[in-house]
Amino acid sequence: MKICIKNGRIIDPKNNIDAKQDLYIAAGQIVGIGEAPKGFSANQTIDAAGLIVAPGFVDLCARLREPGDEYKATLESELRAAAAGGVTSLSCPPDTDPVLDEPGLVEMLKLRAWRHNLARIYPLGALTQKLEGKTLTEMCELTEAGCAGFTQADHPIIDTQVLWRALEYAATFGYTIFLRPEEPFLAKDGVAHDGEVAGRLGLKGIPSAAESLRIAAVLRIAQETKAKIHFCRISTAEGVALIREAKKNGIAITADVSIHHLHLTEHDIGYFDSNAHLKPPLRRLRDKDALCLGVKDGTIDAVCSDHAPVDDDAKLLPFAEAEAGATGLELLLPLTLKWSTNHKVALPQAIAKITSEAAAILGINSGDLSVGANADIAIFDPEAHWQVTPTALNSQGKNTPFINMEVTGKVIYTLLNGQITYQSNMK
Amino acid sequence: MYNPQLTSDGKLKHLLSIEGLPKKVLQQILDTAESFVSVAERDVKKVPLLRGKTVCNIFFENSTRTRTTFEIAAKRLSADVINLNVNTSSQSKGEAILDTVNNLIAMHADMFVVRHNQSGAAHLIAKHVPDNISVVNAGDGRHSHPTQGLLDVFTIRKYKPDMHNLRVALVGDVLHSRVARSEIHALTTLGVPEIRVIAPKTLLPNEVEKMGVHVFHDMKAGLKDVDVVMMLRLQSERMSGAMLPSTQEFFKTYGLTPEKLALAKPDAIVMHPGPMNRGVEIDSRVADGGQAVILPQVTYGIAIRMAVMAILAGGSV
Repeated sequence: MKICIKNGRIIDPKNNIDAKQDLYIAAGQIVGIGEAPKGFSANQTIDAAGLIVAPGFVDLCARLREPGDEYKATLESELRAAAAGGVTSLSCPPDTDPVLDEPGLVEMLKLRAWRHNLARIYPLGALTQKLEGKTLTEMCELTEAGCAGFTQADHPIIDTQVLWRALEYAATFGYTIFLRPEEPFLAKDGVAHDGEVAGRLGLKGIPSAAESLRIAAVLRIAQETKAKIHFCRISTAEGVALIREAKKNGIAITADVSIHHLHLTEHDIGYFDSNAHLKPPLRRLRDKDALCLGVKDGTIDAVCSDHAPVDDDAKLLPFAEAEAGATGLELLLPLTLKWSTNHKVALPQAIAKITSEAAAILGINSGDLSVGANADIAIFDPEAHWQVTPTALNSQGKNTPFINMEVTGKVIYTLLNGQITYQSNMK
Repeated sequence: MYNPQLTSDGKLKHLLSIEGLPKKVLQQILDTAESFVSVAERDVKKVPLLRGKTVCNIFFENSTRTRTTFEIAAKRLSADVINLNVNTSSQSKGEAILDTVNNLIAMHADMFVVRHNQSGAAHLIAKHVPDNISVVNAGDGRHSHPTQGLLDVFTIRKYKPDMHNLRVALVGDVLHSRVARSEIHALTTLGVPEIRVIAPKTLLPNEVEKMGVHVFHDMKAGLKDVDVVMMLRLQSERMSGAMLPSTQEFFKTYGLTPEKLALAKPDAIVMHPGPMNRGVEIDSRVADGGQAVILPQVTYGIAIRMAVMAILAGGSV
């Protein structure tokens, strides 16, 4: 199959390309940009006039709910959501049932996802068995099975000796550890930022210090052990400042933020809206501002969807009992664009946050449009408006604080390995 | 902002929290309650306002006093009353809160009085019920206990009619208290110029001053020249642990004794939402003393609950 994508504006941050050019695909790979290779004749031409042709998006955190939580979502529904959101590579945390702590489970998940042929998945293995924070997993075996790194997901290690050893062991082999920094005792039973709104609504709070204390501790351990740390979903201004300082001092760390925390604050909880029950919690306006600036100045390397489809029943509960999380794969692009518009960030820099930068953190060969690379491509209309309704979302999870809001930026085509996996009816 | 408690023309639809209610709605409830106080003093203690209506008390959390006063209030309005104690055992059987509610909707109740140990439970139920059902929050977690807040300001208004010229102090466990939150909103809305909270830092919500209160950690300074002292109940599970070392130390630092009360204005009144822990937050000499209005609070509580139900059930009294 040979495809020619004509008349689009190609933005490839990694190769510094931002130009109106045609792109040529053959046998699942990009074979030319600007000029067609000799003897190329397309079987199919996609007219991308007025559209942006970008590398397929790379999402650092998307829960697919398999194995074990199929009533919330299935591989098929969520991989369809990924394709509809222009996401061609994604990393999924191991907080499934059973936990991804054995090579066989990882291989099975990868195989099942591969059969759907809608996105490449890069599972993160559990750092400790059953995520219990006690015994290390077989990290070498898990890496061979296809894990891109290791994490505790939302189950921070309580015993700091285990944390130290886990980072030390991972550092032996150069594996990346993805940590959502949260001091477990300070965050215990908390469901919202420990501030004005939690105080008024009578919700148990999680202080900002729960994040900054853990970042400080992990930075210290990272310096001692030389572990490769990626901080997931930073939520506080103090966290951003600590990471900025550490990077300035030459500590090799990276960080991401979720799309929700770039736009929402504790006040979006309103009258106990369980869609705004997220982990980490939505925080103050000044935290949101610091996060937005942190992404802009590079302190925060990447933006992720933190996709967590939740079934209606689990959200129709009093706020604290409702399950945390929001669907996000299909909002990754529009909410990243919204951030770039609000903060006057050039489009290539914004796209880098969900392509090349995220790919570099995962250490995968993806997120760019180099000749010879896999033809994983997102073609989108940066001006198209659409409403986030339950029917507009492909994800089985309809839970998002942005439900019924209008957003700008719509994926029109998604290609994986040179095959069209999604085509919007908006064009 | 959308207010789930009011209809589009500003009438009371549910009573979920004091926050967000306009002053005129609060005053309407207080004035209506005024007319019900005398009902209790008659031989026939009934008015027919809720005749043919079914009020369902759904208590997901144990309560004797509040449930009883709601029951008396509904019966004095001639309603049929069903009491349902959905205690934690059936919740642990796994029945979701809205399943319980759905069953009661199917039984054609007209009004739900709900207590639950989770903040926001009453809002959740109110969002879920059909249009013809009203929800009254009888306490949700740490969030709100609006009828208690209303009966407290009703009591204050009885003894200190000039609300614009008052200094009120709330003492004790504000952090876990839905009563404190309701009182603060009620007093603020009615124009009380100075509200103080007196507690150790462990028993105050973060950024509590944003609710419009002055924070005191020294009880003696905090009580100086106040007109009203509202004591809060200290739950037994908080009496020793990481929040407080012991009841003895709490009583010494924040218990209301006659000596400390003497710092307030000579005609200050003392309130407590009950049940009291004598010797923990309040000295018996104060609880039973001449400045205490704790039992009138209970009496007025019935009138307030009658007023709320009457207004919700159809307006004119």
